[in-house]
Amino acid sequence: MAQLLTMVVQRLALGLLTLFVVSLIIFLGVELLPGDLAEAILGQAATPDTVAAFRKELKLDLPPHERYFDWLFGILQGDLGRSLANKREISELMGARLGNTLFLAALAAVIAVPLAVFLGILAALYRNSIFDRAINIVTLTSISFPEFFIAYILILFLAVNAGWFPSIANVSGELPFWERVYRCILPALTLTLVCVAHMMRMTRAAIINLLASPYIEMANLKGLKRARIIMRHALPNALAPIINVVVINLAYLVVGVVIVEVVFVYPGMGQLLVDSVSKRDIPVVQSSSLFFAVAYILLNLFADLMAIVTNPRLLHPR
Amino acid sequence: MVGDLIKLIVKAPWSARFGMLVILVYAFVALFAPVLTPFGESEIVGSEFEPWGEGGFILGTDNLGRDMLTRILYGARNTIGIAFVTTCLAFLVGGIAGFMAAALGGWTDQLLGRFVDVLMAIPQLIFALLILTIAGTSVPVLIIVIALLDSTRVFRLARAVAMNIVVMDYVEAARLRGEGLWWVMRREVLPNAMPPLVAEFGLRFCFVFLFISGLSFLGLGIQPPTADWGSMVRDNATLITFGDITPLLPAGAIALLTVGVNFVVDFFLHETSGLRDDH
Amino acid sequence: MTTDSSGNGPGNGKDNDILLTMRGLRIEGQADEEWQEIVHGIDLDLRRGEVLGLIGESGAGKSTIGLAAMGYARPGCRISGGEILFNGIDLMAASEEEKRQLRGVRISYVAQSAAASFNPAHKLIDQFSETPVQHGVKPRSEAESDAKVLFRKLQLPYPDTIGNRYPHQVSGGQLQRAMTAMAMACHPDLIVFDEPTTALDVTTQIEVLAAIKDVVREFNTAAIYITHDLAVVAQMADRIMVLRWGDLIEEGTARDLLANPQDPYTRDLLAVRTFAKDHNGDEKAKTPLLAVEGVTASYGNSVRVLHDVSVSIHHSRTVAVVGESGSGKSTLARAITGLLPPEAGRVLYEGEPLPNALEGRDKEQLRRIQMIYQMPDTALNPRQRIREIIGRPLSFYFGLTGAEKENRIKELLTKIELDPDDFIDRFPGELSGGQKQRICIARALAAEPDLIICDEVTSALDQLVAEEILKLLQSLQDDVGVSYLFITHDLATVRAIADEIIVMLQGKVVEQGPKDEVLHPPHHEYTELLLSSVPEMDPDWLDGVLEKRRAANQ
Repeated sequence: MAQLLTMVVQRLALGLLTLFVVSLIIFLGVELLPGDLAEAILGQAATPDTVAAFRKELKLDLPPHERYFDWLFGILQGDLGRSLANKREISELMGARLGNTLFLAALAAVIAVPLAVFLGILAALYRNSIFDRAINIVTLTSISFPEFFIAYILILFLAVNAGWFPSIANVSGELPFWERVYRCILPALTLTLVCVAHMMRMTRAAIINLLASPYIEMANLKGLKRARIIMRHALPNALAPIINVVVINLAYLVVGVVIVEVVFVYPGMGQLLVDSVSKRDIPVVQSSSLFFAVAYILLNLFADLMAIVTNPRLLHPR
Repeated sequence: MVGDLIKLIVKAPWSARFGMLVILVYAFVALFAPVLTPFGESEIVGSEFEPWGEGGFILGTDNLGRDMLTRILYGARNTIGIAFVTTCLAFLVGGIAGFMAAALGGWTDQLLGRFVDVLMAIPQLIFALLILTIAGTSVPVLIIVIALLDSTRVFRLARAVAMNIVVMDYVEAARLRGEGLWWVMRREVLPNAMPPLVAEFGLRFCFVFLFISGLSFLGLGIQPPTADWGSMVRDNATLITFGDITPLLPAGAIALLTVGVNFVVDFFLHETSGLRDDH
Repeated sequence: MTTDSSGNGPGNGKDNDILLTMRGLRIEGQADEEWQEIVHGIDLDLRRGEVLGLIGESGAGKSTIGLAAMGYARPGCRISGGEILFNGIDLMAASEEEKRQLRGVRISYVAQSAAASFNPAHKLIDQFSETPVQHGVKPRSEAESDAKVLFRKLQLPYPDTIGNRYPHQVSGGQLQRAMTAMAMACHPDLIVFDEPTTALDVTTQIEVLAAIKDVVREFNTAAIYITHDLAVVAQMADRIMVLRWGDLIEEGTARDLLANPQDPYTRDLLAVRTFAKDHNGDEKAKTPLLAVEGVTASYGNSVRVLHDVSVSIHHSRTVAVVGESGSGKSTLARAITGLLPPEAGRVLYEGEPLPNALEGRDKEQLRRIQMIYQMPDTALNPRQRIREIIGRPLSFYFGLTGAEKENRIKELLTKIELDPDDFIDRFPGELSGGQKQRICIARALAAEPDLIICDEVTSALDQLVAEEILKLLQSLQDDVGVSYLFITHDLATVRAIADEIIVMLQGKVVEQGPKDEVLHPPHHEYTELLLSSVPEMDPDWLDGVLEKRRAANQ
C-alpha cells in the first residue's frame, strides 16, 4: 500500500508542478515578445506618451517576477484582472461562459462515452467481421474530418433542410434545462462524432491487446462462458486502459470545443478566447488559456491516478 | 525497392488504393495550380456570391467576387504546402531530439523528456493561440510555432522507437566494436526506425493539416488574400444557411485528403508493424 | 501413472480403457493470408491414467496437437481434418458449448508461462475455484478446501493461505505448481502439460517435476506432457511420441525408446550432449589472457549484482560461468566489456589494466574482446545484409576494402560452414536460427579476437542446432586458438565445452576450478544441488534423486 501511496503522491506533486510551470509559461510567453508589449499592441503610430501610460496600465514598469506573483495570487483569489478591449472584469466576462462551455462538453461526453466504449468493445469482440471493418472505415473517415466540416454538414441537413434544430446555439442565463439541451444538440453532436471515433478506436485496440493475453486463452481452456471471460477476466484489466482513453478524449473535448463554439456562435470560453486572440486582448487570452490548460492537466492527472489505482500489482504489493 | 512498392500496391485493399489516388491527384493539383486555373488567385472577377455555372464561374464566386474554383485549386497549393513544410520541420526537430534522448540517455534524456512533458501538458490549440496572439499571424510564425508544438509528439514517438532499437544486441555489438554515436544512429537505428516514423509522418501531416485549417477557420491562421481552405469555409459560411453547399467544398477538400492519407497509413501500419489483430 | 508402462498392457479391456483417440489429425496455420498444413495426419491413442510424452524441436507441432486434444485451435490455426475422440465424444463434431463443458472439467491445460496465464487481477484461490464453481461441479467452500489439499500435495509453502495471494506475489516455480493445482481442481481425466518447466531454473524445475509426477500418479490422471527435453520427458512419460515438422517420427514406451531408438532423428536427439572436447590450451601459463580481480558492480545505486568476483582466462581455454537466473553471470560479461563499469576491482588484459568504461578503451583493446549473444535474432541488424554485417568489423578494424574485404568475408563464411555465394547477400530474416548464430560467430571472428564472450549462445536454439554450434565453436578454437568465456545456465553445455568452470550464485563465485575438479565430488553445496538437478535420460533418475535427497535430509 505504501508504494501505491507514494506513487499517487508523486503523481499529484508532478501535476502541481506542471500547473505551476504552465502558469509561468502562459505569463512569461508575453515577455518573449520581441520589443515592447505596449508598442506591439498600440502599433507604430502611438506616441511615446500613450505607450508610457499603457505600460503603466499593464504594470510593465514592474519587474517580471513581481508581476507574475501579483497575477498568480490575484487568480487564486478570483481576481483575473481587466480586459484591455473593454476594461471589464475578466471574471465577469468568463462567469457565464465557463458554465456554458462545461455544459456543452458534459453533454457531448454523456452521449459519446457510453456509445464509444460500447461500440469499441463490440468491434474488438467481433474483430475482422464485416461490422468491425465497416466501423474501421467509418471512424477513420470521421477522425479525418475537420470539426467545422462535420458541423456544417449537420447544420445543412438537420437545421437548414430538415429544420429540426437551430443552427445557432443561442443560450442565455435562465433557459429551462431541456430547452438548453435542445439548443445545444448540434454542437454536442459535432463534438460527439469527432470524439467517438477516436475513443472507439482506442478502446478497440486496448481490448484486442488484452484478449491476446495468455490468461484469456487460459480462461477459454478452463471452459468458462464467453460472458464470464469478458466480464471477469477481460474487463477488470481493461478498466485502466479504457479509463485512460475516456479521460484523454474528455480532455480533447474541452479543447475541441473552441472551433465548435465558433461555428455555432455559442457563448462559451472558446468563443471568448478566439475573440480575444483576434483583438490581442492579452489578459483575457492568458486567463482563458489558463482555464483550458488547467482543465486539460487535471483530466490527464485523473487518468494517470486511475491507472495507478487500478493496477493490481500496486494494489497488492508483494 | 520499386518492386516492393508495386507489390505493396497490388496487395492494398480498395481503401488504401483510393487513398493513394487521392494523394496523387492532390499533389498534381498543388504542383500545377497556376496552369489549371482560369483566373488569378486573388483576382476579383465578378460580383459577390455568384451561383454555380453563372458567368463562366463553374463553382460560382466567393464573398468578394473571386472565382471559387480558382481559389480551391490554389488552396491545395497553399494549405498542403504549408502543412507539409511544417510537418517536415516538426520531424526534423522532434526526430533528432528523440534519437538523441534515446541514444545518450541520462541527463539529456531527462531534460528533453521533462521539457516535452510540460509542453504537452498544455493543449496544443490553446498554446498556439497564445503564441500567435503574442507573435502575430504570419506564415513563417505559423510554421515555426506549429512545427515546434508538433515536434513534441514526434519526439515522444522517435524516442520510444529508438529506445526499443537501442537496447537491441546489434546496437550493443556496434558500441562494443567502438563505433561512434553518429554511425550507430545512422546505420543501426535509423533504418529500423523508418517504418513507424513514415507512418507517423502521415498521421502528423493529417493532424497539422487539420490544425492549420482549424486556425485559418478561426481567422488566426493563413491570412487573406492567400487562398486557403480553412479561411474559405469561414468567409463563405453564411451561404450554408441558404442551403448552398459551396462552403462545404473547401471543407470537403480538406476532409478528402486526410481521409486518403489516413487510409494509406492504416494499411501501411498493418503491413509493416506486424500489428495484426489475430495472433 | 500406471505401474504398467508397456504399450498394450495385459488384462485391460482395451477399448474401454482408451481415453483419447486421434486419427489422421491435420492442422493448418495461417501465414501471410494463406493456410499451410503444420500437422500432417497424426494418429494418437491415450489410455486412462497414462502419461504420453510429446517431444520435438520447435515447429514440430507438439503444442498444437496438445491443444487439439481439447478441441481447441489457437487463433490463426484450424483443425482441418481427422478425428478426435475423447471419452467417446467426437470433438470434431461437438458444438462449442459441448467442448466448453468438457474443458476445465474433463480435460484441463497447464501452460508454459504461469506468470502470464494467471489473471493478474484475481487471487489464486478465486482462479482455482472458478472452474469447479462455474461448471457446477462443487460449491465454492468445497473447492476451497480442495485447493488447500492440492496446494499441500504440490508442496506449496503455506498451503492454507497462499491462495489469498495474487499471482505476482508468488514465485515462478510456485505459480507453475499452483497452475497444476488449478488444472486438477475438477479431477479431470486428462491434463495437457505444455512445457510446464521450460521457463524455470534447473533447481526449481526438479521440484515442479516431482510435484507434478506425484499428483498425476496419485489421482491416476492421464496426461499429455509436451516438452523439447528428452531427459525431462523420460522422467514423466510412460510412452513417448517423437515429432518433427508435424509428422510422427517414432513412438514407443519410454524405456524402449530411450534404450532402443529406431529412427536416426531420435538417435540424434538422444546423442545430444554426448559431445565432449579434448583438453587444450596452455594451462596455467605465465600471465592469463584476461584477469578479473575483485570486481564489484551494481545497477544504479541500489542492487548489487556482483560481489568481489575474480576470474582468470588463459590462452586457448574455455572458461564456463554457470549459474541460474539472477546469479550475475551476464553482468560479469558486461563488467568485462566495460558496458557496466565496475565500482571496485579491475580487469587486466595480458597483465595490463583495461580502462573500466567502454568509452575509455581504444580500438585495439576493443578488437581483442568480442561478444556473441543469446538471441541471434536481436544480435543482427535485420536491415543489413550479411556482407555488411561481417564486412563492417573488417573495414573498421583493418581498413579492408573492395576485393580484399570480399574475399575475407567469403573466407569467414566458409569457416562457419555456410556457402559464401549463397549467403553473402542475404538479410538475417532469410536465415534459420542456427545460421544466424553462425553469422554472429563470423562477425566476432572477423575482428580476429583473442577472447570471445559467449552469453548463453545456445539457449535459444533447438538442441541439435545447439550441438552443431558447440562443435563449430570448438573447431574454431582448435583452429585459431581463441579463448572463450562461456556463460550458460545449462550444465550439459558446460560438460561439453569447458576447460574450467566457475559456479556463481547471487553475484558471488561459489566454486571455481578445472572441469574435472568441479564436476567431481567433493562439491560446494550449491554445485551439488545444481549438478544433481540436471535431468538425465534414465527414466528412474527423478525418483532416484528424490530418494537420495530425502535420505540426506533425515
